Amino acid sequence: MSELFRRDPRAQWIARNRLHPLHQAIAAGPVYGPSGLLRKNVHGLGFIGPNGLKRIDRSGNSSGDASGRRGSGPAQAAVVLPLHQVSKPDFTIVVALDLVSGRLNGHDKDTLGLAQQLANRNGANGVVIAVAFGELKDDSLDHAGVDRLIHLSGNQYYDYDPEQRSRDLSVIVKQFNPQHILLPDSINGGGDLGRRLAAKLKLRPACGVWKLDHDSIVCRGSAGKTDITRALSRLLLVMEECSEPVSETRHEQLALTVESNKVKSLIVDHGNVEVDPNAIPLGEAGFILSGGNGIADWPGFHQAATTLGATEGASRVAVDDGFMPRTRQVGATGSWVTAQVYIAVGISGAIQHMQGIGQCDKVVAINTDEGCDMVKRADLSAIGDSSEILASLVDLVLQHKAGENKDVA
Amino acid sequence: MSLNHELSIVTLVSVGEHPASGRARRAEQDARAVELGLKLVGDKLQTIYAGSASDKQATSALRSYLGMGLSEITLLDLPEQADAVIGLVEHFKSSQCPDIILTGVRAESGESSGMMAYLLAEQLGMTVVASIADILSIDVNAKHAEILQALPRGQRRKVKVSLPLVASVDMAASEPRQSAFGPAMRGQINAETSHSEDDIERLQWQTAPAKKRPKRLKIVKAKTAADRFKAATAKAAGGGGKVVYGTPESAQAIFDLLKEEGML
Repeated sequence: MSELFRRDPRAQWIARNRLHPLHQAIAAGPVYGPSGLLRKNVHGLGFIGPNGLKRIDRSGNSSGDASGRRGSGPAQAAVVLPLHQVSKPDFTIVVALDLVSGRLNGHDKDTLGLAQQLANRNGANGVVIAVAFGELKDDSLDHAGVDRLIHLSGNQYYDYDPEQRSRDLSVIVKQFNPQHILLPDSINGGGDLGRRLAAKLKLRPACGVWKLDHDSIVCRGSAGKTDITRALSRLLLVMEECSEPVSETRHEQLALTVESNKVKSLIVDHGNVEVDPNAIPLGEAGFILSGGNGIADWPGFHQAATTLGATEGASRVAVDDGFMPRTRQVGATGSWVTAQVYIAVGISGAIQHMQGIGQCDKVVAINTDEGCDMVKRADLSAIGDSSEILASLVDLVLQHKAGENKDVA
Repeated sequence: MSLNHELSIVTLVSVGEHPASGRARRAEQDARAVELGLKLVGDKLQTIYAGSASDKQATSALRSYLGMGLSEITLLDLPEQADAVIGLVEHFKSSQCPDIILTGVRAESGESSGMMAYLLAEQLGMTVVASIADILSIDVNAKHAEILQALPRGQRRKVKVSLPLVASVDMAASEPRQSAFGPAMRGQINAETSHSEDDIERLQWQTAPAKKRPKRLKIVKAKTAADRFKAATAKAAGGGGKVVYGTPESAQAIFDLLKEEGML
């Protein structure tokens, strides 16, 4: 009923009459013509550029000048995706998630994407049950394609205990009798768990699946040298990017509960062992402190790396000048790193170096030059003398460690 | 570590394949398993290969394991298309079951599913532990071993595993010793006939050289042409990087970030 356009002759009259006291208020909003058409004031568009010419920026980047904008700004902010509901599923698909530090990673999302693809192909009506062990901090499971969620969160799941997990998973498989069981074929536990489950259930798994093609799958064989095309099997260990992750729907994420009994484990976790950070290959290291031309105090740099427990890296200049060995070089000619945190000290950011750190998660720049490329790339930039900043950072870390020791004692 | 003489350790080796030339060679992970076994029990180490005895290339590749200092390799003679697990289980059931079986994580040819260790453990009732880097200590009386497991990002985890166990050795284990020509020629390859069953399912598979996987495209779900244009042309911005000035403030900001990321 409200779709019907009703003229408001008085408002139209005010919009026409520039001398009316209410004219400003009404003309600022959308103005409709007598037939209900939206009238745009083309003269209000754009802004006057520095050389006195009128400029219209349609990219939406210009800020502050609201008069030229179309009125769709706030509506775009929160898009509510359509909810995908499965009330009476014909079959189930079980996915066991890796959940590295309690969050979904790309591999998990791709696995869920493939599970949804299997559940809904050829107009089928399947439901995806995700199994999460231990810590679960992610709240975006509904957007990743989880229709049902089984969260097992006893104390036994916080340690490395693959036998407990594979036993629970086999109980879940027996209870729901899924058409397919999917796990990420990863080194974060999924590959191990999937193979344990396969041996337990006497199922033949398809490992390294990277493509689903109607009723056949393509797997990597011979340690990555061949492609094996085979029939779709029940247990699939899938590779990263096997499918697009779910992005267009929201899912119900209804909680399911299953019984789980603690089993006496033959593998006891004794925790992670301290490793020498410089023994970790640079390409694998999770935390890198990298030095470049801007470092005057190299002993201080090495001390900072030792205190922080970071792997040392270097830019090409530092290596060429003989301050660091060639094996430590980060960049196009050296190692391509994948660190979670990369601290670049006195590195301006040549393009070859930026290529090398392309996959790093968080980049911190310590530099005297505010305008350098590294500062533009960095998530956090500290502008100042690098040796002073590193020294005070070392002090803070030492204080923090001393405080921790006091708490323990 | 001093050599332990009460312990029986078996390494299962396979024939590797050079990634570029495709020539038969010793498999990298299996060679590491042999190295680890030699470190633990010296020349008491038993080595088993399951495969065809008539394959000349494979047997010459096996000699490079002998060149590491082994006196003999037991060869379970199986046809090309046979399932190696059945033959191995049969072998272990007929002889005495060892305390530790070491293998590589996965083979360099064939299906290379990495299932061998799990299937053997399940059928022989042993514990399985995946991708290990080292065995720290073995207590034969208490029947457990302390094992260093390789984790992503160069990390290591210590686990205590009860014997008997099957362990798959990761590339993170210490590098294998060089193979010497003399011992390789002197070593014996003892062929044993073995019960075999064909792997029927595998006969229906099609195998082709690996194709390069398509690179994932960045899919832009833009509603307007202006948004699509922006996504296609805009340079990836740093995502609103924070800039701090002054030494104490900078150090504090970096410290907070490290703490948030769990690096301390």
